[in-house]
Amino acid sequence: MNRYDVIVVGAGHNGLTSAAFLAKAGLKVLVLERNPWIGGAAVSRELHPGWIYSNCSYVCSLLRPEIYRSLDLARHGLQIAPYGGGLTFTRDGDFIGGYADKDVRRREYARHHARDADAYLRYSRDTMRQCRFIRSLLMRTPPDPASFRLRDLREMLHLAREFAKLGETTMGDTLRFYSMSIADYLAEYFESDIVKAHHAGSGIIGTALGVHSPGTAYVLLHHYMGDVDGQMGSWGFARGGMGAVSQAIAGALQAFGGEIRVDAPVARILVRHGQASGVVLQNGDECYADVVVSSLDPKRTFLRLMEPGDLSPDLVRKAREFKSRGSSGKLNIALDGLPTFPALGRGHPLLAGDMHFLDTLERFERAYDDWKAGTWSKDPYLDLLIPSMTDPTMAPPGKHFMSVFVQYVPHEVEGRDWTEADRAAFRETVFDQIARYSPDFRKLVLHAEVRTPRELDQEVGLTEGNIFQGELTFDQLFFNRPFPGYAQYRGPVRGLWLCGSATHPGGGVMAAPGANAAREILRDLRRPSPVPEGWSDD
Amino acid sequence: MTIPREHYLQAVFPTPFHPRTAAANTLNVWHRWRDYTVADAYFDVALEYTALRNACTVFDLSPMTKHLITGPDALAFMNRLVTRDVAKVKPGRVGYTVWCDDAGQVVDDGTIFHLRDHVYRLCSQERQLDWLLGSAYGFDVSIVEETHDVAAIALQGPTSCALLKRLGLAQVETLAPFGIRSYAFEGGELMVSRTGFTGDLGYELWIDPELAVSLWDRVFDVGQVVGVKPMGTLALEMSRIEAGFIQAGVDFLPADRAIRADRTRSPFELDLEWLVDFRKGSFTGRRALLGERTRGSRYRLVKLDVEGNKPAKDAFIYDRRRRNVGVVTSALWSPAAKANIALASVQMPFGAPGDELWAEIYYQKELKWSRFMARCTVVEGAFFNPARRRAQPAADC
Amino acid sequence: MTDAGRVVIVGGGHNGLVCAAWLARAGRKVLVLEAADQVGGAAVTREFSPGFRVSSGAHLLHALDPVVERTLKLASHGLALARTGLNTVALGEGGPLVLNGAQVLAGEVSATDRLALAQHVSRQRRYAALLARQHGRIPSTPWNLAKFALDIRRLGRADMRELLRVGTMPLYDLLEDRFENAQLKGALALDGVLGAKLGPRSGQTFFTSLQRAGAYSMPRGGMGTVTGALAIAARAAGAEIRVSSPVASFRVATREDGGEHISGVVLESGEEVAAAVVVSNADPKTTFLRLLGARHLDAEFARRVQHFRAQGCAAKLHLALDGLPEFRGVPPAQLGERLIIAPDLGYIEAAFNPAKYREFSPAPVLEITVPSLHDPGLAPPGKQVLSAIVQYAPYDLAGGWDAGRPHLLAATLDVLARYAPGLRGRILDAELLTPVDLEREFRITGGHWHHGELALDQFMMLRPVPGAAQYATPLPGLYLCGAGSHPGGGVMGSAGRNAARVVLAGGRV
Repeated sequence: MNRYDVIVVGAGHNGLTSAAFLAKAGLKVLVLERNPWIGGAAVSRELHPGWIYSNCSYVCSLLRPEIYRSLDLARHGLQIAPYGGGLTFTRDGDFIGGYADKDVRRREYARHHARDADAYLRYSRDTMRQCRFIRSLLMRTPPDPASFRLRDLREMLHLAREFAKLGETTMGDTLRFYSMSIADYLAEYFESDIVKAHHAGSGIIGTALGVHSPGTAYVLLHHYMGDVDGQMGSWGFARGGMGAVSQAIAGALQAFGGEIRVDAPVARILVRHGQASGVVLQNGDECYADVVVSSLDPKRTFLRLMEPGDLSPDLVRKAREFKSRGSSGKLNIALDGLPTFPALGRGHPLLAGDMHFLDTLERFERAYDDWKAGTWSKDPYLDLLIPSMTDPTMAPPGKHFMSVFVQYVPHEVEGRDWTEADRAAFRETVFDQIARYSPDFRKLVLHAEVRTPRELDQEVGLTEGNIFQGELTFDQLFFNRPFPGYAQYRGPVRGLWLCGSATHPGGGVMAAPGANAAREILRDLRRPSPVPEGWSDD
Repeated sequence: MTIPREHYLQAVFPTPFHPRTAAANTLNVWHRWRDYTVADAYFDVALEYTALRNACTVFDLSPMTKHLITGPDALAFMNRLVTRDVAKVKPGRVGYTVWCDDAGQVVDDGTIFHLRDHVYRLCSQERQLDWLLGSAYGFDVSIVEETHDVAAIALQGPTSCALLKRLGLAQVETLAPFGIRSYAFEGGELMVSRTGFTGDLGYELWIDPELAVSLWDRVFDVGQVVGVKPMGTLALEMSRIEAGFIQAGVDFLPADRAIRADRTRSPFELDLEWLVDFRKGSFTGRRALLGERTRGSRYRLVKLDVEGNKPAKDAFIYDRRRRNVGVVTSALWSPAAKANIALASVQMPFGAPGDELWAEIYYQKELKWSRFMARCTVVEGAFFNPARRRAQPAADC
Repeated sequence: MTDAGRVVIVGGGHNGLVCAAWLARAGRKVLVLEAADQVGGAAVTREFSPGFRVSSGAHLLHALDPVVERTLKLASHGLALARTGLNTVALGEGGPLVLNGAQVLAGEVSATDRLALAQHVSRQRRYAALLARQHGRIPSTPWNLAKFALDIRRLGRADMRELLRVGTMPLYDLLEDRFENAQLKGALALDGVLGAKLGPRSGQTFFTSLQRAGAYSMPRGGMGTVTGALAIAARAAGAEIRVSSPVASFRVATREDGGEHISGVVLESGEEVAAAVVVSNADPKTTFLRLLGARHLDAEFARRVQHFRAQGCAAKLHLALDGLPEFRGVPPAQLGERLIIAPDLGYIEAAFNPAKYREFSPAPVLEITVPSLHDPGLAPPGKQVLSAIVQYAPYDLAGGWDAGRPHLLAATLDVLARYAPGLRGRILDAELLTPVDLEREFRITGGHWHHGELALDQFMMLRPVPGAAQYATPLPGLYLCGAGSHPGGGVMGSAGRNAARVVLAGGRV
């Protein structure tokens, strides 16, 4: 009864994706989820009657279309509605808008800075060059550069070939790109602070770094490399909230005969004779399988669910030193009506897109300094969206759901746990930031859920609340993700696998880690893999 | 031009001639040209084309990107920017040119108007302010975009000179090809250049946007007797292919927009070797182009006379062994040359005069699709190049 | 007008002198033109107050290229080290911590930390040795890249993986992971940030710290002795050196076919010196944008040069003292060592923060030496000289350095007073060279002592910019040999040596 081919720990979107592909390959799969709901950080929750909150991840672009199609997610109810725009308010009552139409956007940039309006084309060209390169690696298992195995050498060769295809100048630019800060990268294109600030957010979202920290230029890719129906860099809403993504993948899994158990927290991963053999639930139940796949982060997997004796001291140290500092929080707000933003005026098309509030790089960097000092930013970066303007299922007619991503927010406040007073003060900081640009916002608030990294840790299970399940710095990317030598989804114990965002290609609702892990597992089991190859961009 | 915050309410602007082009546009078909709308056709593409080659037509080219370059280093700057020797473009003259990136790949093509000493206007397809200002480092020049500040129409066709004479432009017939002359017009300045994109006798008229409508009216008033008609972008496209002119974004990809490394073309690869002057000294891309001249080019742009009468639009090009060696970038049945013509980019060494090339043409008649292989002959020179285009003084018809 | 067959080297800094000596030894006719009234560039000893002399740029030697030292027989030309293997004395509220490499000579340090220190230093040295092997290679020739890859492979599987992981990491993370002692962490973090516009939390500070993994030494007579010996070696090999000959611009000639090449230099005096080859020891921005002019370069190349990150973030403090300074808890025997004020990671990071906003640190980080202890000739009898690197001092200080300089000096003396309470009373004269002063004095655009940030995006084949990373430049006959080229700054001399090899090969690598 409790014997399976595969047990997947955690029903986040990657766990579900791995499970779905393994079930599609004909294996008997069980997914265990500790919460009463599935989805991990891709959830839709009704926390205020009548309102649906995408209370963790809130927009969708990275979800690999190969997976979307291969798991038939459209048939399982998933619909992504792209939205246009993205604006940054300025303190003098104006704004800069990233209008969907390229000529209108150019003119809008030119309204602020004539040269930067044209430089934007060069900026997008170079950024797209980087996106193309990285997109070719998303649905592949990273090679181990220290290995002499044929497949690693072959994969290194593939990498070298893709790299060489960039051409000589872009090769140099790529090396620079991966080691630069977003501020330095932007300075190579733009002169005006407002245009720089308008683009800087994508370099820091979810990271524990500031805009001047080397390595942040890469983070930009994580927000540009996705697409909605081939429109690279565009973002959309999952109709019904981000939970719709998880529900659709779960639907696919169940259609392939997979089983999901909620309210089933795993206490231990069982290892017998150096081989994973199953799990023990917190209620004492045991489930058995020769393949155990953890979609949890490596800290949780190795430090909490495993006996130290089953692991080498080196691996335990690697897990301890894995960086997953939380740096962002979220407010999910039920609104009695649509707030007005005087800078925009009623009915402005940009109301349906992302709204940002930091108009200089200095404000970004100072926000980061607050976090370094152990507190939340007093002038925080917000990525504010009103999904209900696009998706009518999120709130009752005439009412609205507002999703406010907030950075920077620490996991602990000055080294101690968050108190209720802290949370209230944090909420007020964010409300103030919004109200500065929308005077009627406050009186429309019916309910607000406050989420700090602490909630992400305790409820979602992301250790220290890092939204990417591990920081996206080069020491934890590609063949280093999560650790050097363990980037091919295989755990340190035979039969144990990792499939979460802490593995290549990392965080975001992408599902690629889950799919890649499934492919590797099936390869070891010598079974044909239904995991699709990446689509070529040419 | 200051841009109002509410500009987004009107995503596409009317040109200064819009009151008249809108009235003339009986078909109400419009084409988006960056910030503006221009007519694709006014009454009938074929008749507009005929008017161009037989009488004269007016084309609204106000949306053309224009930059004004001034200052003591203007010439030095221009010479560093473009591939040809700008010193040879004297004041009052116009020169066609291309400019390249460091790798010698064409960023854009355009025309240099040497308005007066130290003052140039650069007209181009793409917006170039970032590239121009980036190139201006170390030069004492000022560069401003003036696209919105200058309205322009192209008056093209055999009776265009006659029309201008009727407009009272003294001795306009003596204006040489690529010459510029200014006239007074209703209290403003009307600049006339003997330039165009049709390969025919023709002029471009440059004017303050405030005077645009009255210029249009005057042109059509005096032009009735010489058969002037408005012409849209579709007829223009026919004429520019006949003339063998290339277009950015169609026949080549501007290098500063290319995401994929191998998509760009050098001037040599666009059959524009005549525009590259190595002897003038340093310019952006010179080193790379010298290298290419030694190493050899990857592609060449050829003009093809295609067997039969089915336009070879988007056709693949094959060699005699049916290997794919290129692709057609522009093609049509040429009413003027009475030939089936095409511009194609083919890999070297294919496409030398006398080479056997084949075009794979798909066409449909009454929804039935057919495919056939058409033999192509490489031709040199423009497909259509009437003597009136160069005649001096310009003839009346 | 003089002989066109010769090589003119613009700038008599240590790299220019090495290059001159190398070329002269190979039989080339070489002329070095130095703007200042003595050679040495930023490795000079000069009088800053009557009777007091100091190394006014770099003040410690830690990376001199051994091939240069050996080949040019610098010892026989007067280079002597007053001290080698200097200890690092990390000052702290609870008394100093004395370190030398992996050894803890004084201070309370746990066994865990001692073990971590040993591992940290040994790892640093292994990777530094790997980088040092690249110093003498021309970056990015396919053959040399392959050798680099092979060197990395030779580290062994575990060490190679570790290199690929930690190579881009901030020291902060590595130190917090493994160490307990705050003072020790501060001392180790300093190596990653000194001279750079980075804080301990900034990525790549582990990489930058590898530049300082060598032992510190102090040449007798100050850094000027090093360059003095180089000048003697160069002259001995037949090179001519002219001081007080600032170059105003390069002369570019156009051949019949329109191709441009260098034909010499024009001095500020108006004198023209013909040369078929010009090697510039000046920084890349000065070389390309000021002396040559962007118009002789392709537009994108010129843009890359403009974006070369080269704004200095460190100032230099020189104090003339009327006697020995006293640092709390530091025995006189340790006073001549490398004293640092970087008491913990938080202090350094807090010092860094203002630099991001174009402000200087109200409580700066310091690296202090008292060179006169090793070399009494630097000060009048009984007097002393103190030399310190003051960090952070951003080049583009809001409000300008004329207004800011006295405030930074005051802040620096305040910090010093915390550890050396009696110091203020002993100061006879003080000089603070901000990056703007360093720019003026050493003619380095931006006043960065490495001629440009030594970070991964400006490293090896990316230094200073692609297209000029192999010492040859796009202009035939013009070469680079300064710290703006591979392998970068520090008084090393490798760039000069590599450049000479490229010149001798006619620009081919």
